[in-house]
Amino acid sequence: MKNDNINHAAAAAAFLQDREQARWHDSAIWWVRQKRDMQAKQLPEWEQLRALAQQIKAHTLSRLDDYLQQFQANAEKNGVTVHWAADADEHNRIVHGILAAEGVKKLVKSKSMLTEECGLNPYLEQHGIEVIDTDLGERIVQLRQEPPSHIVMPAIHLKKEQISELFHRELGTEAGNNDPTYLTHAARANLREHFLTADAGLTGVNFAIAETGGVVVCTNEGNADLGTALPPIHIASMGLEKIIPRLEHLGVFTRLLARSAIGSPITTYTSHFHRARPGGQMHIVIVDNGRSDILGNDDFYQSLRCIRCGACMNTCPVYRRSTGHSYSYIIPGPIGSTLGPSRDIKKHGSMAFACTTCGSCSNVCPVKINLHEQLVLQRKRAFDAGTLKPAKKMGLLAMRFLTQHPSLMDAGGKVMRKVVPIVPDSLTRHSAWSRPGRALPEMPEQSFKEMWQARQEKKS
Amino acid sequence: MKVALFIPCFVNDLYPHVAMATAELLEGYGVDVHYPLAQSCCGQPLSNNGDSQGACDAARRFTGIFKDYDYVVSPSGSCTAHVKHHYPWYIADNADYQALQPRIYEIVEFLQDVLKVEKLPKPVYFPHTVSIHQSCHGLRELGHAAPSELMIPYHSRLERILQLVDGIEIKQPERRDECCGFGGTFSVDEPEVSVAMGEDRVAQHEATGAQYIVGADPSCLMHMGGIIRHRCRPIRPLHIVEILTGRGGAA
Repeated sequence: MKNDNINHAAAAAAFLQDREQARWHDSAIWWVRQKRDMQAKQLPEWEQLRALAQQIKAHTLSRLDDYLQQFQANAEKNGVTVHWAADADEHNRIVHGILAAEGVKKLVKSKSMLTEECGLNPYLEQHGIEVIDTDLGERIVQLRQEPPSHIVMPAIHLKKEQISELFHRELGTEAGNNDPTYLTHAARANLREHFLTADAGLTGVNFAIAETGGVVVCTNEGNADLGTALPPIHIASMGLEKIIPRLEHLGVFTRLLARSAIGSPITTYTSHFHRARPGGQMHIVIVDNGRSDILGNDDFYQSLRCIRCGACMNTCPVYRRSTGHSYSYIIPGPIGSTLGPSRDIKKHGSMAFACTTCGSCSNVCPVKINLHEQLVLQRKRAFDAGTLKPAKKMGLLAMRFLTQHPSLMDAGGKVMRKVVPIVPDSLTRHSAWSRPGRALPEMPEQSFKEMWQARQEKKS
Repeated sequence: MKVALFIPCFVNDLYPHVAMATAELLEGYGVDVHYPLAQSCCGQPLSNNGDSQGACDAARRFTGIFKDYDYVVSPSGSCTAHVKHHYPWYIADNADYQALQPRIYEIVEFLQDVLKVEKLPKPVYFPHTVSIHQSCHGLRELGHAAPSELMIPYHSRLERILQLVDGIEIKQPERRDECCGFGGTFSVDEPEVSVAMGEDRVAQHEATGAQYIVGADPSCLMHMGGIIRHRCRPIRPLHIVEILTGRGGAA
């Protein structure tokens, strides 16, 4: 679970203390953005695909209740048990109920941001059920007892040396062996044991198809497939916005998803689950947990189009220089910075300000969410909810007043231009502007207004 | 043609020579340039910090001051983007604003789309290498160039207009349109991230071998300029109008 009290600015400043590690983090993730560009460039219809994906999602959200009911009916026809959870607690209780009824002791989980959002792991562990994350990145952060720092690459904040140390400690690998292949094989052997001894498997859902009642899970490691093929119980947890109307729509999204996420044409596995295998059980838990509220909000409903590709994180210059751990909400980066504040503006308000409004996120988004605009609109909610620091609020109110009184603003500008050059450096170098290594601008003698007036007088 | 200069508040106080170069450039093309003295701030800092009341008041005030001119022209991509694309958040129904909105231009856009210039008012020889700083709001809100994220044909307004300058060599930095990290009040809300981004950006411009970073947004140039001065680097930020008027080398 994540600490709600993280302030982005402070956490990012701490991360940037180690500039070398921060530079590495920036370049590693920028490389993924470049791979995405290379893949997107190869499809002449890329921008059409984005527009189509946007339209399909917009249409689906406009009649989500119909499609959800259609999905449930078709899933039940396939013999799947469908559950509805209004919030995180209900989701966790439902999952625990299914597991407890069958006496499950160990659950293998493939990647699911929803269960992170709901805090499922600690809930089940408190109830005596062992939970093993089986996605390699998720397994790494689980062993480190920390939240994922990225929604697609959960351990992208770690270097191979750090993983080697962790595996030496937790899995008994050779000390100092940093070879990625060696380390991956060690994780694989360890996870294989868990797959074989688990009593149930839980997956997330990338797409749920109303027409067929089936769910689609996209992974690169095949862990979702092992986790559902070996144990007899499969639980699929999904947010209610994962619905697409028809199977024929799926290709639009699978073509966009992996290209946007990691710069691959497609994920290694695109697995379709329709029913339990003979003698097994399949459950789908459909979770609201605040999504209906977002759907009803004019400014933010578009954020429900998100397919969780993480491209907005990879392109975000602030995210790359601050890591996912600097954001208070479990989903970091641009999309998290609208979803978090939508959930709780008081807890996650600082995320909306962790943005220069450069707009790159809105352009990489495969479903064309107006992310950078949503962040500015979330700031309005932060302002109205009174979450701004008093000094900042006062500054804004002063600015508001000066904007309406230009002669006072001009007088203030003049004072600044006269005073700043004579203020000793020792007084300004601790200011927020100068502290990290940025000189104040040179102060000209005259403002443009003064220059212009003098020029007009000379002319007349 | 009555053209009103919209000079952002910080340009008025800190970069008066950029504002004057903008006026002179327009006058060089025979434009009747006016500068309404009652103007103040467009309200972008208020809008970007969630003060919708203040932002709305600023938008109304701006509209009242500029509505009677044929065109409004500004040497700042970001402030132009705010008044052109974000005022509708606050005053979409205002009839004066609706009439004014299509007549608001950033300077390079105005030269290329309204005046359709094919040469500079007087020939400019600028025998230097420049690295183009494509600012975000000019890029992604005004469409000054093809953003690197979109798979659309490449174009760049800044590059195109700089072709009119003799002797200039134009370069693009690695990561050609990554944000410099200014971000308005972001620069002081998250100063460490802001400066880290700016340092990376300056280094990428330097790596092109350019003597100048040229852009159309004084705020980004101010931020990178502060980092350059702090680090005593030789590269210099220049606003594009300073080059187009032939004042660049002296700055």
